[in-house]
Amino acid sequence: MSVLEAPARTAATVNRYSRISLGALWSGVAVAALLVVAPAFIGESSINQLTQFFSFLILAIGWNVLAGYGGMVSIGQQAYLGVASYAVLYLSLHGVLSWWAAPIAIAFCGVLSIPISYLAFRLRGSFFAIGTWVIAEVCLLVVAQIESLGGGAGASLNDLNRFSPHTAGDVTYWVGLAIVIASLVSVALLLRSRVGLALMSIRDDELAAEATGVNVTRIKRIAYVLSATICAGAGVLLILSNLEVQPNSSFSVQYSAFMIFMVLVGGMGTFEGPIIGAIVFYALQQWLAANGAWYLIILGAVAIAVTLWLPRGVWGTVDPHNRRSLVPLRHRVTVASHLESEE
Amino acid sequence: MTMLRLEGVTANYGHLRALEEMSLSLDEGEILAVLGANGAGKSTLLSLISGELKPSNGKVFFNEVDITHLDPYRRVRQGIALVPEGRHLFASLTVEENLLVGGSTRRAGSWSLDAVYELFPFIKERRRSRGGQLSGGEQQAVAIGRALMSNPALLLLDEVSLGLAPVIVRDLYVGLRAVANEGTTLLVVEQDLTEALGVANQVLCLLDGRVVLTGSPQTLSQSQMMNAYFGDGERARTPGDR
Repeated sequence: MSVLEAPARTAATVNRYSRISLGALWSGVAVAALLVVAPAFIGESSINQLTQFFSFLILAIGWNVLAGYGGMVSIGQQAYLGVASYAVLYLSLHGVLSWWAAPIAIAFCGVLSIPISYLAFRLRGSFFAIGTWVIAEVCLLVVAQIESLGGGAGASLNDLNRFSPHTAGDVTYWVGLAIVIASLVSVALLLRSRVGLALMSIRDDELAAEATGVNVTRIKRIAYVLSATICAGAGVLLILSNLEVQPNSSFSVQYSAFMIFMVLVGGMGTFEGPIIGAIVFYALQQWLAANGAWYLIILGAVAIAVTLWLPRGVWGTVDPHNRRSLVPLRHRVTVASHLESEE
Repeated sequence: MTMLRLEGVTANYGHLRALEEMSLSLDEGEILAVLGANGAGKSTLLSLISGELKPSNGKVFFNEVDITHLDPYRRVRQGIALVPEGRHLFASLTVEENLLVGGSTRRAGSWSLDAVYELFPFIKERRRSRGGQLSGGEQQAVAIGRALMSNPALLLLDEVSLGLAPVIVRDLYVGLRAVANEGTTLLVVEQDLTEALGVANQVLCLLDGRVVLTGSPQTLSQSQMMNAYFGDGERARTPGDR
């Protein structure tokens, strides 16, 4: 009697949807639909605030892909934020309407991240983190040298001035919403694929992943490029809403601090974490912005408190085993008949 | 036909010579137990075959193809799977996800989740548990299952019994015997002789990075193997050693 005979007859089906996740999926669609029509109901300043919030949310999503799921802690993702902002500026100076420049700038950053990944992947762990920061600083220095883009002083994005602030605000808001949705969907699709599973296996044990047949470098590169592309989305949104760029602020390492804050607070390596983290971060920012330095002190205190008492972040604490995940990402394999009865 | 062949392979860790001029030939369907004390070079041998370590000299052939410089993940796709010492499960992934990672090579073969659960029924009920939450024996079973999911032609097992209760080790070896009966070639590295010798049809003893004894477990005597293991007899015969 062969142990291998029986399984050939019964097939396992991979089933990722639970009742909760289906509910969450439809709620997500409903929220997205509400956000799409929101400009018809809420005022200009609220729309602009939502746009700001989107840019932070996008950053958190992008950083979480890399660090949370891939285990690659980068403190240089602002490189792509800055390059994307400047790419929009460059294209607008060459006659491309800024909103149309957005997807081109994002795609450019995705392509740019491929050669950069060959550089960054020569380093590991904390050296990788420092290395990515150095790369971001190099981008800053290079961009600041380009006089046609305003050099060190920065430049304004003028081509949207011909629209009323109201129209410009709304269109930029929709661009931001589209980037948020595209980021969430692409991360969800990545995680549901074999690539996502391989990525998490690398995060857990790189040597074992390679010994199990995972092409470690390729998978890490996919995650790195996706993360860079998403962070570029935030850069695009920031220049579209601020209508100006300045190298020292676009390439500021402060963005990395914000990304780390949001993802740690929300729950690293969870799909919901960056969303919660971005909400907490944005709320704190709105609440404390008037208090100057106290804002950063309180932000730091919150980060320390979360690390000490909620080391898995808000979502990681609510759902420590990732069982109630709202998004159907895990591979819930249902093996036919004889195992089904145990469910 | 010869499945695995090592030709004069030497491996170093820095200045330390871990394996010296090692040659080895393993036929399809054979079950080779590699024995030896700590530091004899057993794990180094597996690292060379799995590709984690590249030899400083010599060549490794798999199905008569030179794989000396092939990356580990490519070797898995060619049919060499490793169950590493210390299990090395993906701690945050569930049992099932661990197995699915193993299956991601898409090598053709008969192994599937069902087949692994049938081989080790005690991990079936833990399939939603995370790798990090399992007992040592369960982890070892999942590690073996994960390797099997790549449908290997050659399965390398490093210290399967390490730190496990004898009753669990027996269960695991019952499973491995079933795997071998399917025609999979096994290379088993062990410090614990009993189970390994029970399943093997070839034995190779390593001592200080050299092969000191080969043969079949039926023809080799207990004392021959003990000498090879601890080095008494063989060392005395090496000129200049004393």
